[in-house]
Amino acid sequence: MIGTTDLVRQIREILTPLQDRHVVLIPALQAVQEKFGYLPEVAMEEIGRVAGVSPNVVYGVASFYAQFRTTPVGKKHVAVCQGTACHVRGAARILEAIERALDIKAGETTPELGYSLETVACIGACALAPTLRINEETHGKLTTNDIEKLFPKTSKPEETPNS
Amino acid sequence: MATKQNGKYTILICQGTGCVSSKSDRITQELENQIKQSGLSENVHVKLTGCHGFCQQGPIVIIEPEGVFYTQVTEEDVAEIIQSHIVDGKYLERLFYHNPVTSEAIPLYKDIPFYSRQHRLILRNCGHINPERIEDYLATDGYAALKRAIFEMEPTQIIEEINRSGLRGRGGAGFPTGKKWEEAHKAKEQPKYVVCNADEGDPGAFMDRSVLEADPHSVLEGMAIAGYAVGTPEGYIYVRAEYPLAVKRLRIAIAQAKEHKLLGSNIMGSGFNFDIEIMQGAGAFVCGEGSALMYSIEGKRGMPRVRPPRSVASGLWGKPTSLNNVKTYASVPLIINRGADWYTSIGTEGSKGTAVFALTGKIANSGLIEVPMGATLREVVFDIGGGVQEGKRFKAVQTGGPSGGCLPESALDLPIDFESLTKAGSMMGSGGMVVMDTDTCMVDLAHFFLKFCCNESCGKCVPCREGLPLMSKVLERITQGEGNAEDIEQLMDMGNTIIKGALCGLGTTAPNPVMSSIRYFRGEWEAHVIDKKCPALVCKALINFYILPDKCAGCGICLRACPVEAISGGKRMVHVIDQDKCIKCGTCLEKCPERFSAVVKVTGEQIAVPKEPVPIGADK
Repeated sequence: MIGTTDLVRQIREILTPLQDRHVVLIPALQAVQEKFGYLPEVAMEEIGRVAGVSPNVVYGVASFYAQFRTTPVGKKHVAVCQGTACHVRGAARILEAIERALDIKAGETTPELGYSLETVACIGACALAPTLRINEETHGKLTTNDIEKLFPKTSKPEETPNS
Repeated sequence: MATKQNGKYTILICQGTGCVSSKSDRITQELENQIKQSGLSENVHVKLTGCHGFCQQGPIVIIEPEGVFYTQVTEEDVAEIIQSHIVDGKYLERLFYHNPVTSEAIPLYKDIPFYSRQHRLILRNCGHINPERIEDYLATDGYAALKRAIFEMEPTQIIEEINRSGLRGRGGAGFPTGKKWEEAHKAKEQPKYVVCNADEGDPGAFMDRSVLEADPHSVLEGMAIAGYAVGTPEGYIYVRAEYPLAVKRLRIAIAQAKEHKLLGSNIMGSGFNFDIEIMQGAGAFVCGEGSALMYSIEGKRGMPRVRPPRSVASGLWGKPTSLNNVKTYASVPLIINRGADWYTSIGTEGSKGTAVFALTGKIANSGLIEVPMGATLREVVFDIGGGVQEGKRFKAVQTGGPSGGCLPESALDLPIDFESLTKAGSMMGSGGMVVMDTDTCMVDLAHFFLKFCCNESCGKCVPCREGLPLMSKVLERITQGEGNAEDIEQLMDMGNTIIKGALCGLGTTAPNPVMSSIRYFRGEWEAHVIDKKCPALVCKALINFYILPDKCAGCGICLRACPVEAISGGKRMVHVIDQDKCIKCGTCLEKCPERFSAVVKVTGEQIAVPKEPVPIGADK
């Protein structure tokens, strides 16, 4: 865990280059989330200061957009595409298989932040449907067999192959 | 395109998102290593390109000058490609594209029906140039249109040319581009803005992404021409944050264009300034709507506002703003270069030029395609797309994403243009085209789209915020097998109310997928509500899995695979599924070896099977 003062210092460092920009708020939220994987509460205040709005407004914007999270993500962040092409090619079954393998539901995180699981509307790799992304890596043309390989039973993130 | 010069080869390797997902970056590395090791660096050049559009067959490698098209290449294939194709001069047949219907091997890019039936204008450079090198774009007459526009044309002449070309917005609504520019040009207030809508939120579509990744300069050039015509030095590109590669390539392209004095201040010494800033969206479908997009750039919640005023009068920061789609901008340099007369020769009376579609779903050839307006859906689905996958039957084609509709086989001969598709109950949309076969449940699909719109509703207006979840509840009930005959009319009624009452494009089109589905597939809806059957065997509450006693070999594979231990059995015993425990995941059906094919999926019927495991052959 990083202490709050350290956290504030780090956030301020991220925000400094954004201060003079024409548009600040959303790029600032994106920059902070890129660094920490989520938006720590104290970030709302810091970003508000830079953007010249109240922390409430910052939170209002952050909660509007699907990209922003206010809870930490796992070491392996799994985003399962639920776009149309993936849907008609069985994305629901892929998601269920992952939920069973990791024993969490979409939107949840495994204990000790090993994995976090979320659904996304479309990652734009529709020709490879059904698809998912683990951190930066996209996997396509998935079958439930692939899911067993990607997420072996009782797997720890360190042991996941191919990622 | 490269030509053969003294045994020289160019190996084009696709670096679009699809192929990168299929590890094309590692293949590139391997190609470069092998070429170096074999001492071929003098004669063989590796060129990275953007998306070829045939993502399903990726990673794709094309070897020029012959134009040999290799599909699904892996790292392990590289050595053989170099040895066989380059050193021995023998094509590698096993990597050829095989026609999924006839199994015929087709070696050359130009002969593959997926490509030969297309008319690529917006995608003209995609897959042929390196998107990270401005020199490649310049070599295809890149920025010649901008030069012409600035030095030889007045802004009003440009607008006139675009007006005459009949170019309509490629984002889906089809508003005449020239008219939009004209209004923005005439607006007195300063500053003005031109904005590029690259917030491709339609789930099942990736046209804009591919253009940005494969040919970013065509969009920048179009925007600069728009900036000159409208009279502004400021442009914004609003691109989804989910598209990191597109953002990266745009950044590179903008920097290179500035170095070459094609963007920035005093472009080509003309005194005209134009700068483009990239804004990354943050994952809200509604931000594809113009006013919401502009609020989002301003750093606000992306909630649409009542119009008028339209954004050409009061857009970004309340100033006149011309907002166009990626593909619209990419079309502009062509029109300026080749003239409105040429452009109007392509397409139909009311819809000029070409249409780009992301062809996906249950189709043999998935990928990105471009056809002249007026081509029929049948040509796209069957001639280019190769029809549905083997052994299945075509059922419907969906265009327009969550705003569009599903069209049945009887609509396949409709010409693709803005008016025809709208009249048929769907819409052009920005280019998602998802094909369904008989394994797709139309009720489930309608529910899928509606749930999507529920999640993406910004919550501002009541018809959308409250109405869509109400429709969704009815759909939920129907898929659960608890529907009744009145539900269908009630859905139509609610849909009509929402269409009349919702504030923005999201709400007014959200009922379309449900209503078009009822219009064309009423029988399937009635099967759900009256017979409690799901003919496509999709809706879980309406289907059952059984193990046929006369086919089960007692191998135990399904028993071990069942995630909820719903299957009982033993060695040489007929296995039995406990229907109360079964979660209908389908794993048993998938795992049962084909030679037994003992597991069946049925709807609305009970199959007589033993209650407990019995020895195999006991019933005979």
